[in-house]
Amino acid sequence: MWQPTASIETLKNRALFIASIRQFFTARGVWEVETPILSNNTITDLHLDAFKTQFDFDTNGQAKSLFLQTSPEFAMKRLLAAGSGAIFQINKAFRHETAGRFHNPEFTMLEWYRPGFDDQQLMAELDELMQLTVDAKPALYLSYQQAFINYLSFDPLTINLEQLKLIIAEHSNDEWLQQESNPDTLLQWLFSMKIEPVLGYKEQAYEEKDKQWTPCFIYNFPASQASLAKINQQDKRVAHRFELYYQGVELANGFYELQDKAEQQKRFENDNQLRAQAGLTQKPVDENLLSALESGLPDCAGVAVGIDRLFMLKYNLTHINQAIAFDVNRA
Amino acid sequence: MASFSTNQFKAGLKLMIDGEPCNILENEIVKPGKGQAFNRVKIRKLVSGKVLEKTFKSGESVEGADVMDIELAYLYSDGEFWHFMNNETFEQVAADEKAVADAVKWLVENDVCTLTLWNNNPIAVSPPNFVELEITETDPGLKGDTAGTGGKPATLTTGAVVRVPLFVQIGEVIKVDTRTGDYVGRVQK
Repeated sequence: MWQPTASIETLKNRALFIASIRQFFTARGVWEVETPILSNNTITDLHLDAFKTQFDFDTNGQAKSLFLQTSPEFAMKRLLAAGSGAIFQINKAFRHETAGRFHNPEFTMLEWYRPGFDDQQLMAELDELMQLTVDAKPALYLSYQQAFINYLSFDPLTINLEQLKLIIAEHSNDEWLQQESNPDTLLQWLFSMKIEPVLGYKEQAYEEKDKQWTPCFIYNFPASQASLAKINQQDKRVAHRFELYYQGVELANGFYELQDKAEQQKRFENDNQLRAQAGLTQKPVDENLLSALESGLPDCAGVAVGIDRLFMLKYNLTHINQAIAFDVNRA
Repeated sequence: MASFSTNQFKAGLKLMIDGEPCNILENEIVKPGKGQAFNRVKIRKLVSGKVLEKTFKSGESVEGADVMDIELAYLYSDGEFWHFMNNETFEQVAADEKAVADAVKWLVENDVCTLTLWNNNPIAVSPPNFVELEITETDPGLKGDTAGTGGKPATLTTGAVVRVPLFVQIGEVIKVDTRTGDYVGRVQK
């Protein structure tokens, strides 16, 4: 199995596609940076795991762990805090998880940060990028709350666990759902299974599938799923976090970035508590990021886009291995 | 039986779900970027034949099902059971009506069929893709018609009813595709 999983023609198209993205940012004065793929630190997320490698040549004589980055977020924020201004990066990110149709453990990520932008302005810029690079229609914008109201007729911000289970029972009789105690997991299930597959799908005609879809932004995620986003000061139940979905696929995640060091530290610790409860190892907190926040992260918004997936949609590819030269099985 | 983590899920894996052996037809990982990962699987229940969709929280484990397919030659039916034999060991296996199900109309003596065993008991029988059966009943057709203008129904020795061209007559042996129930052609005796 020495041959590539993608055709040479596809790979040439991919090179042009990535060049067009670079051009998009260069034309706007956003400069390209490179940050380490191997890092001393990693993320604390409950649902994300990094590959861990061992470095045997540290000057203190001890072997130490280095992690393959899950995204360049922390390092790019350190550049922002050091005065970089608007920056972007296209590089490899790694997730220690199962491969699938839309997942390869090693993948290509586009990430960029815009000082002076909030989440609304950054969504608008990503919308333009989609129109220019994959010929998408202008995007739809829907709050997380409104998406649940439109598609499933309930308010995700006021519902309790018991009511949530009653609604889930209408859609599935899988027993584990009724035993689940985390309402966010149930909301994520409903979103992934019942909303995401049809989000931005307008017509019933299946023949010209790609013409029937519109990219759709979901914004104002619940504060409990804030991740690294600022809490919304007008409505503290939600955070300035957004995601982009297109053709039933999750393409991007962005934040109006949290700047408060104490709050960031609290979230890391909270993550680690959740990891402990789930029987997972706790992760060291990235002190360099905390120091950068303390020194001052400019008011900014940032977003990460899955480039392999975006390319798949542009060329109607059905498996991520058709979009990359060698998938994890042939790597 | 061993259990399997959702990470090991793939098409063809046999699992115990709702107390019934099932075969995974499709497995898809659904992973919100910042959230819990799920496996969405399409399964076929091997006893009832029902196809349905299930979801699992990724990382969970599911008990495997001791299911295997074996090739056996059909011998005869005693009315209650259908008897099959391993042509090498001469070991015999009896399948009940529920296991034989729709395959009953395609069972031809000495034809090699696939039997699905669960804990060594047959739960499903698949006939060969093509079988040859004699016509026991059909309307006499027009002799000159070879174009097949829609055809006519013909009953075969097993009771199966197949659409055949008008020129095909009682007593002739025909080849049938058991997957679709379509007439393939006449067989020279």
